[in-house]
Amino acid sequence: MDQLVIAGKTYSSRLLVGTGKYKDFEQTRLAIEASGAEIVTVAIRRTNIGQDPNQPSLLDAVPPSKYTYLPNTAGCYTADDAIRTLRLARELLDGHDLVKLEVLGDPQSLYPNVVETIKAAEILVKDGFKVMVYTSDDPIVAKQLEDIGCVAVMPLASLIGSGMGILNPWNLQIIIDRLKVPVVVDAGVGTASDAAIAMELGCDAVLMNTAIAGAQNPVLMAGAMKKAVEAGREAFLAGRMAKKMYQASPSSPTGGMIGS
Amino acid sequence: MIEITVNGQARRYDAPLDVSRLLDLLDLTGKRLAVELNGEIVPKSQHATTPLADGDRLEVVVAVGGG
Repeated sequence: MDQLVIAGKTYSSRLLVGTGKYKDFEQTRLAIEASGAEIVTVAIRRTNIGQDPNQPSLLDAVPPSKYTYLPNTAGCYTADDAIRTLRLARELLDGHDLVKLEVLGDPQSLYPNVVETIKAAEILVKDGFKVMVYTSDDPIVAKQLEDIGCVAVMPLASLIGSGMGILNPWNLQIIIDRLKVPVVVDAGVGTASDAAIAMELGCDAVLMNTAIAGAQNPVLMAGAMKKAVEAGREAFLAGRMAKKMYQASPSSPTGGMIGS
Repeated sequence: MIEITVNGQARRYDAPLDVSRLLDLLDLTGKRLAVELNGEIVPKSQHATTPLADGDRLEVVVAVGGG
């Protein structure tokens, strides 16, 4: 059985999904179900004081008993803020220590600040967290994050929320070739073919949010992404044929043609 | 009276006050949340025994949808 292993735990789905940007909790629930994802990212935010305590919450739509929560540090621009956020997340989730670290560099591009990311990763790993880390597609930084002890390294395909697809497959390939921990393409996937290409390159998994939530029909797109990730993974395992320029090789027999 | 800051908002309460009582007054009891007091996590098991003083700064957070 081909399974994804992160920090010693096995998962059958290689698609990780975010829980943001949906129309409502019902759409969130349906889309995540259709995606087949087992790991879902969540954000940590101040509670709305004065809000009706009986209002539906994310925990009802996406119960932590059914999904593995991956609390993130979205919106954090310093190592300190990211560490604080994840300590709160660990307390909130009763000691759950699998987390997604992301430290952003600027609000226009949401490009990761790798210096702050490395700083935060070092402290969080020492503090016992199992860190899945969002980073740029720089192979040297990716290796450094693995050496620090991160349990998965998650390079961007393109900018967060851009849907631009895989802009630098060569860098991703170097990262995949050099790292031993799972490599998860995080950010930039726009449609099913992008996810399939990531998996065909040999990525261990793909993480996405906007590609599903931002589709015209998120639930349908969630199903498409599930199939794309599975198809891409199988194609990778199967080993694609070599690309050949000008070496025509027909699939049908060359002999036995009528009139010959 | 003491004045404390909860999620960036100044609030006044009668002393004595502890974290559990504050959550109760904010209608947050029973909700899945985490509390930070002056930058330090207050574990759930210590909510009832952690007193609050004038000038304290609290963060009360929950899990929300995100990527």
